[in-house]
Amino acid sequence: MQLSFWTYEGPPHVGAMRVAAAMRDVHYVLHAPQGDTYADLLFTMIERRASRPPVTYTTFRARDLGADTASLFKDAVRDAYARFRPQALLVGASCTAELIQDDPGGLARALGLPVPVVALELPAYQRKENWGAAETFYQLVRACAGPPGPRPARPAGVLPCCNLLGPASLGFRHRDDVTEIAGLLAGLGIGVNVVAPLDASPADLARLRDADFNVVLYPEIADTAARWLERSFGQPTVRTVPIGVAATRAFIAEIAAVAGVDPEGSLRTDECRLPWFSRSVDSTYLTGKRVFVFGDATHAIAAARIADGELGFDVVGLGSYSREFARDLRAAAAELGLDPLITDDMAEVEARIVALQPELVLGTQMERHVAKRLGIPCAVISAPVHVQDFPARRAPQMGFEGANVLFDTCVQPLMMGLEEHLLTMFREDFEFRDDAPPSHLGAAAPPPPPTMSQPLSASSLRWAPEAERELGKVPFFVRGKARRNTERFAAERGLSAITVETLYDAKAHFAH
Amino acid sequence: MSACTALPDAFLPARGQREVFCGLTGIVWLHRKIQDAFFLVVGSRTCAHLLQSAAGVMIFAEPRFATAIIEERDLAGRADADAELDRVVAALLARRPDIRLLFLVGSCPSEVIKLDLGRAAARLDRSCAPGVRVLSWSGSGIETTFTEGEDACLAALVPELPAAAGDAAPSLLVAGALAEVVEDQMARLFAAIGIAPVRFLPPRRATALPPVGPQTRVLLAQPWLAATARALGERGAKVIPAPFPLGAEGTQLWLAAAAAAFGIAPARVVQVTAPAMARAQQALAPHRARLAGQRVFLFPDSQIEVPLARFLARELGMAPVEIGTPYLHRFHLAPELALLGEGAPVREDQDVERQLDRCRAARPDLVVCGLGLANPLEAEGMATKWSIELVFTPIQGFEQAGDLAHLFARPLDRRARLRV
Repeated sequence: MQLSFWTYEGPPHVGAMRVAAAMRDVHYVLHAPQGDTYADLLFTMIERRASRPPVTYTTFRARDLGADTASLFKDAVRDAYARFRPQALLVGASCTAELIQDDPGGLARALGLPVPVVALELPAYQRKENWGAAETFYQLVRACAGPPGPRPARPAGVLPCCNLLGPASLGFRHRDDVTEIAGLLAGLGIGVNVVAPLDASPADLARLRDADFNVVLYPEIADTAARWLERSFGQPTVRTVPIGVAATRAFIAEIAAVAGVDPEGSLRTDECRLPWFSRSVDSTYLTGKRVFVFGDATHAIAAARIADGELGFDVVGLGSYSREFARDLRAAAAELGLDPLITDDMAEVEARIVALQPELVLGTQMERHVAKRLGIPCAVISAPVHVQDFPARRAPQMGFEGANVLFDTCVQPLMMGLEEHLLTMFREDFEFRDDAPPSHLGAAAPPPPPTMSQPLSASSLRWAPEAERELGKVPFFVRGKARRNTERFAAERGLSAITVETLYDAKAHFAH
Repeated sequence: MSACTALPDAFLPARGQREVFCGLTGIVWLHRKIQDAFFLVVGSRTCAHLLQSAAGVMIFAEPRFATAIIEERDLAGRADADAELDRVVAALLARRPDIRLLFLVGSCPSEVIKLDLGRAAARLDRSCAPGVRVLSWSGSGIETTFTEGEDACLAALVPELPAAAGDAAPSLLVAGALAEVVEDQMARLFAAIGIAPVRFLPPRRATALPPVGPQTRVLLAQPWLAATARALGERGAKVIPAPFPLGAEGTQLWLAAAAAAFGIAPARVVQVTAPAMARAQQALAPHRARLAGQRVFLFPDSQIEVPLARFLARELGMAPVEIGTPYLHRFHLAPELALLGEGAPVREDQDVERQLDRCRAARPDLVVCGLGLANPLEAEGMATKWSIELVFTPIQGFEQAGDLAHLFARPLDRRARLRV
């Protein structure tokens, strides 16, 4: 058993729902008890979806367990097909139905429906949401893409085209990313054959083989399917995820090489303001800001690289809940000389944030709440999503406009340069005190909890009152670190009392 | 007075897909109500995800609930369930030393694999004594629907209530979680009427459990407490039949039923409640002008639908087209059904697809439904009211009667304002 207060990912059948709900003309019959219908509101409320997700639940009850849950399931499949007439039917079990072993696939196939029936085996006690989405997308592609075989060569004069794979329901800005990337590809003279699963029908999946290559936008969802397409139809896969200026340029170069087009025109970054904004003097105050990054592997890795190379921050921590992509995250952490954090335990992430005392957190909605409690500025860069992650305006993460969005996202939670300097100079102003929240964030933000500046070790060291007061003048976000460093410095030297002198001796000692 | 529209269908229980929460959802309000209690669900990742999705708005505070997620090794018998629970509970109590009462909460998977949480709770109760009590109840979706979780939780508390002294004077126990502001208002009204002592279940602190005995009279504040009422009956307490305290009329009848059980004349109740009654009538009047004659369709959600429809019909003049309820407890709801009148379109159980067909055909002016259906129905052009607000907001009592009516007027008001 795993003690869990909050979870980054839902169960794997929710991943399957994210694929089904993203597509057209697909219906998912889920063998599940009534409580599992809560998942509908993820789609209707978080995404403000205007129709119910295409899912039918059998909602079996305790009294059905002794009787015949199998015929209940068959009735549900028959009724759902008659009512919704999908081009393909997904069938499977949620965690509880997995335990009663009714074989949804076999039962559904026995009905002899005139459409493909895709049976999903999603082990709910081992796997999680993103894995479920990837497996569902892969099984649907396999069922609908037709028999493996070589593709006919593209006739001369016909523009190259590709598939965009991975965007799904409840993804972090997936819809906006697709618009951005399709525009970028159009600029290169490359067409989009099929976007999937978002807005694709099973009939569209049958056309996947017509593309010259595949672009994996979100490996968490599309990697398994792309590998199968590569094996089955010989389609090359573009794997660079175009989040950030450098990554977008690398993406364009990779696309151009695979498609055999000239990238020069598209590599110009006139439209992208991030490079100049980062070089403008106002951004000087961003230099070396300590940043902690956590999210799904794709977004966390991208955010860490942008924070490091494109914003001039100091990335002090990098982690992800995507165990399936732990290797990629470890490699990215190694590039930055960091100890990677691979966990789906929010308490562990919280402990790491407390220990590292960053000045900015880039994370999920979970880290936003942790950061809020700790009084640290935070921006959300990854799923799991919240209704706020579906803004009315277009706000992609990918491509050059995505880089612009990310500049704003990462910079706006921070205190502006002069405000920070003034705080440092006039620390005792009663209205302008450092435990007040940044003025542009409003007065409602809570003050940082006292734990941040409490002694973290149970030491016998005594702080002289004037040293304690002087410590109070250190900005709150580094106060805890200053306290610990000073105590460590004093302890190493066998001092029993800390004076103002000790504080500044320690500051000089650790300044390098 | 009955303002109900008859439907041609026979009102037999339906059987199809149910679009309702499971009993675990009750934890979302119970964990805030009992301030030193913690709810540990023994279930799957789905349970954890449900709780956090349903409680998403409350994520700001450290939750007093968590899930012990069952993993493959637990199912394959490679891990000993007792040892695993001991480990998880120890970790939990180390993190939250302020907890005085721990509920182990059963789920669909724990029920199906027949994990005996009652026995586990008894064992942990001994090992955690005296600092922490450990009890269990089941919020599994194969056995409980939404608010039935609160019923199961309170029923689990009943055997723990201290026995009232043999010579104790008659006392009143109000059962069902109420918002604190409502509870305080009711306490003042009971005192003014002359009913004492009055206690509430659940209490705000697990260390202050109300006593119960043959002299205890129970007044249900919520319609979903069948098992709790039964358990209190086994302790000798007697339930006072009453409508539920929704709206001015409902609140007055509720108080009057309690007063009658204590031998207090109805005139006394009328006299004491007159100012609050007048305020409630005043607050209801503008909403009644807006809502009278409007046709309302209620999807099953929490079991509050029948008392609610009675309020909407009798105090606001609305016309219920269908009153869906996940379960109809005919005994506890008898006073409500009598007020609603013969032929009220009450419908037990659910087949959501057929119900949506009927709803679309009826084109009601307002639909009361869950969050999974609200936006899709709005997109089809229907005005909706989220039913979950009826469980999460203070709506009972005189002072909240206007607020309750406002919940139904607001969607219509909003549609009238928007010009986009």
